[in-house]
Amino acid sequence: MDKRNLSSYLINTAAAVVIYLLISALISGGIITRQYQGVLVFACVNCILAVSLNLTTGFLGELALGHAGFMSIGAYTGALITKAGVVEGVPGLLLGMLAGGLVAVVFAMLIGIPVLRLKGDYLAIVTLGFGEIIRVLIEAVPFTGGAKGLTGIPRLTDFTMAYWVMVVVIVVLFAFIRSRHGRAAIAISQDDIASEASGINNTYYKILVFGIAAFFAGVAGCLYGNYMGILGASSFNFAKSIDILVIVVLGGMGSFTGSIVAAFGLTILPEVLRGFAEYRMLIYSVALIMMMLFRPSGLMGGYEFSLSRVIRKFIPGKRKEEAK
Amino acid sequence: MLDLIKQLINGLQAGSIFALVALGYTMVYGIVKLINFAHGDIIMVGAYFSLMAIPMLSSVGLPLWLCAIVAAALCAILGVVTERVAYKPLRNSPRISALITAIGVSLLLQNAFMLLFSATPKPYPSIFGKDSITLGDGFTVSYITILTIVVTVVLMVLLQMFIKRTRVGKSMRAVSEDAGAAQLMGINVNNTISITFAIGSALAAVAAVLYSAAYPLIDPYMGSFLGIKAFVAAVLGGIGSIPGAMIGGFTIGIVESLTKAYISSQISDAVVFLLLILVLLIKPTGIMGKNIGEKV
Amino acid sequence: MKKTLALLMAIAMLAMLLVGCGGGESGAPAESDSIFIGCLAPLTGDVSVYGVTTKQGAELAFEEINAAGGVNGKQLTYEFVDEKGDSMEAVNAYNMLMDKKMVALFGDVTSKPTIAVAELSAEDNMPMITATATHPDVTKKGSNVVRACFLDPYQGQIMAQFAADNLGVKTAAIIYNTSDDYSSGLKDSFTQYANEFGLTIVATEGYGADDKDFKTQLTKIQAQKPDVLFVPDYYEKASLIATQAREIGYDNPLLGVDGWDGVLAVLDEANYGVVEGCYFSNHYSVDDTTPVVANFIKNYTDKYGEAPTAFSALGYDAIYMLKAALENAKSLSKEDIIAALKVVEIDGVTGHISLDEEGNPIKVVSIVEIKDGKYTLKTKINPVGEE
Repeated sequence: MDKRNLSSYLINTAAAVVIYLLISALISGGIITRQYQGVLVFACVNCILAVSLNLTTGFLGELALGHAGFMSIGAYTGALITKAGVVEGVPGLLLGMLAGGLVAVVFAMLIGIPVLRLKGDYLAIVTLGFGEIIRVLIEAVPFTGGAKGLTGIPRLTDFTMAYWVMVVVIVVLFAFIRSRHGRAAIAISQDDIASEASGINNTYYKILVFGIAAFFAGVAGCLYGNYMGILGASSFNFAKSIDILVIVVLGGMGSFTGSIVAAFGLTILPEVLRGFAEYRMLIYSVALIMMMLFRPSGLMGGYEFSLSRVIRKFIPGKRKEEAK
Repeated sequence: MLDLIKQLINGLQAGSIFALVALGYTMVYGIVKLINFAHGDIIMVGAYFSLMAIPMLSSVGLPLWLCAIVAAALCAILGVVTERVAYKPLRNSPRISALITAIGVSLLLQNAFMLLFSATPKPYPSIFGKDSITLGDGFTVSYITILTIVVTVVLMVLLQMFIKRTRVGKSMRAVSEDAGAAQLMGINVNNTISITFAIGSALAAVAAVLYSAAYPLIDPYMGSFLGIKAFVAAVLGGIGSIPGAMIGGFTIGIVESLTKAYISSQISDAVVFLLLILVLLIKPTGIMGKNIGEKV
Repeated sequence: MKKTLALLMAIAMLAMLLVGCGGGESGAPAESDSIFIGCLAPLTGDVSVYGVTTKQGAELAFEEINAAGGVNGKQLTYEFVDEKGDSMEAVNAYNMLMDKKMVALFGDVTSKPTIAVAELSAEDNMPMITATATHPDVTKKGSNVVRACFLDPYQGQIMAQFAADNLGVKTAAIIYNTSDDYSSGLKDSFTQYANEFGLTIVATEGYGADDKDFKTQLTKIQAQKPDVLFVPDYYEKASLIATQAREIGYDNPLLGVDGWDGVLAVLDEANYGVVEGCYFSNHYSVDDTTPVVANFIKNYTDKYGEAPTAFSALGYDAIYMLKAALENAKSLSKEDIIAALKVVEIDGVTGHISLDEEGNPIKVVSIVEIKDGKYTLKTKINPVGEE
């Protein structure tokens, strides 16, 4: 078992490196144009947002509509830290991400603790409200640049940074969901009464998962802010939260693979189909409804793509070993 | 003191609209346990429907306020159709599926209307006139303000009587209590749910006309924020309760108005949501809500 | 079965990536007989109203220039890319236009995406002209950016001056949008200059972007009975504020800014009375009889079937500024275009435009009065100021 885990980690790390090298080669070869280099950074940011939201909405089964709010907290915290420039360059960005994530967690606790004790769909409406309120707060406090926006943020994020942060986040979340805690969260989403009866502290795990999701939304926000160089609170509106939700739902609630594929697909596709921009939200809305009516599990369902499994399939020797 | 009275009246007017919209949320939630995110957008649709009806009414010489009836009828149909197409197939699915569908319907309505009518806001004629009553020095209350408050209270009383006294109303309560048992007792659950959506949507259309007459500019996104606040009103008052929706609506309207007047206009939304969180902490079922034991 | 599906999905995704990249490259580079201008504007989304009118003004200018023989015999080709009012989309769109080898950039419309793009264009030293972004920082990112509109602080100053000197009023109140950079910027400058001109601000009230009910704030303002009420916001909010101000019994004039242009279009004709006797500062006035203005209004109305707004006028002028710069530039290199852009001088719809060393225009401000349900030119205030 341990040996297999180790080998699968090795295989996946190798795959991540290979994909990175491939894309880097395409960029330096000029095949991936400037436009798509930018798009890839946004795709990585969206991917982090989607996998973290999937944790709450897909695995825990609680609808959260304020993910953009946590992103904005991370973005502003990270931007203020890197702008202050106490720690220069990339270490400053890493510090910004850590701080951005932690501040987002603090806010997640503020709303999660009162709300997640309750049954029902209160989280949806409270997170929705929260997403709006945080915007107002950012505009009201003096150090965020208010309605004028925060400018002059060092542009530290590049594709390499965004890509590797994304890889780390995915690995951490995979490890989490496979752990005892992750299984507890899934149990709650299946049947909260049964899970409570089996000795799982529902509220504790709900808050834990909600907090972790907020942390990574904050990290993604920090990457975003340090890529843009300017932040305005109104970018993190309800529509942004919905964009992330669409990625999660279409990719498959409860499938990280689905979120990853959908994040890249739904970030790149609108760029390719710019002519249809007017209809994008209309198509999204129809897709949401159709998906729920005909394939509520999303494109991937609960399926996770595993490279090591594919390799084992193609190497008969290993397969026999597995059969034992 | 005079200012305080003025501000209370401002709050009551805004609160009336919240209350009318909250009714739709509360009725639907009571019966199918669904937060109908599209309800706010039904208001927007109602505003556009009534705007389109106005030239037709004036060309045949009928009074313009009849546009509220036209809009209510059309919105009722729209409400029933959405329920049948989008929500009914998901009645036995996990709740999150229905919630996401509701968000989908909301976005669909917004974007379809944006493509149809463009994002440019449209002016709304003053169908109830611009008269106002002067009550002493510099204290004027417009006719539309009074009308909004009166219509809301009257509709609320009528609805409460309808739910308590009539056959249909009783079957609605029965379905909301236990849909399975209601069916066994010979109640047509599907029709009852449809009627609930129809009434909720019709009330939203009435709210739309009152709202547009008071704030005479309509656009495809006008319903979303109004909808959120109205839902907060419904939760605050106790979701599932009709008097609760009214109390919740008036509370939010007045709290908002007083916050803007005496604390800061910037934080009024934050105060409203803080109030919601406080209520959820202290009495999760809302002001008028009753405690229901959990069913396994 | 599922595995194959997943594998197929992964392949499809990769293919899409490659197709996408291919798509980016297929954009034709500028041919020698035409000059490619990249254009950015929000054409969908909440702020699309401003983007679309700016685009219409600019397109009218492009057509006129090309019909008149282009720039030094070269036709101007252009492409408008929608950025939906979002900084992230604007950055993507800018990169896309860079891939298509634009010669100069026209855009963006609102301030935040413009600043995000200005950051990038400064690194690329790409000639950039914005018609309507009024945030002071827009032209501070690099020497490559200029604009056609006056800045927020300047407009606030002019309105304070107009209230004190021309209207001779003593007290003023302000109601502004706290979540809008344009509105809060104007509030700040109006407040700052009010003192200088001997105007007392008796009340300052704010509201949020989604608000439609202003009665509470207006009731508070009414209690102070100010001589004028300054409403620095776009026309939709302005129409609602005017309506409600009259409803609660406030009868004194409202003062507006260039965002007010178009306010009559969002009012029902029966309600024109609510803005009667109000004044706002603008880049031009529709009843201006100078040929350039009259021609613009006629051609615009013929082409689009609606009256132009300040946005369309600025979009139109910005393209003519760009045209003049391209004509005067020694070559079509970025440096030469920027150098020519910095010293450009034209007589446009919005008046005589020349630029200061930062790339901000120095020009006359028109004060428009709404009289008998029409926009009428009240006065023109000079940039240097009479003081």
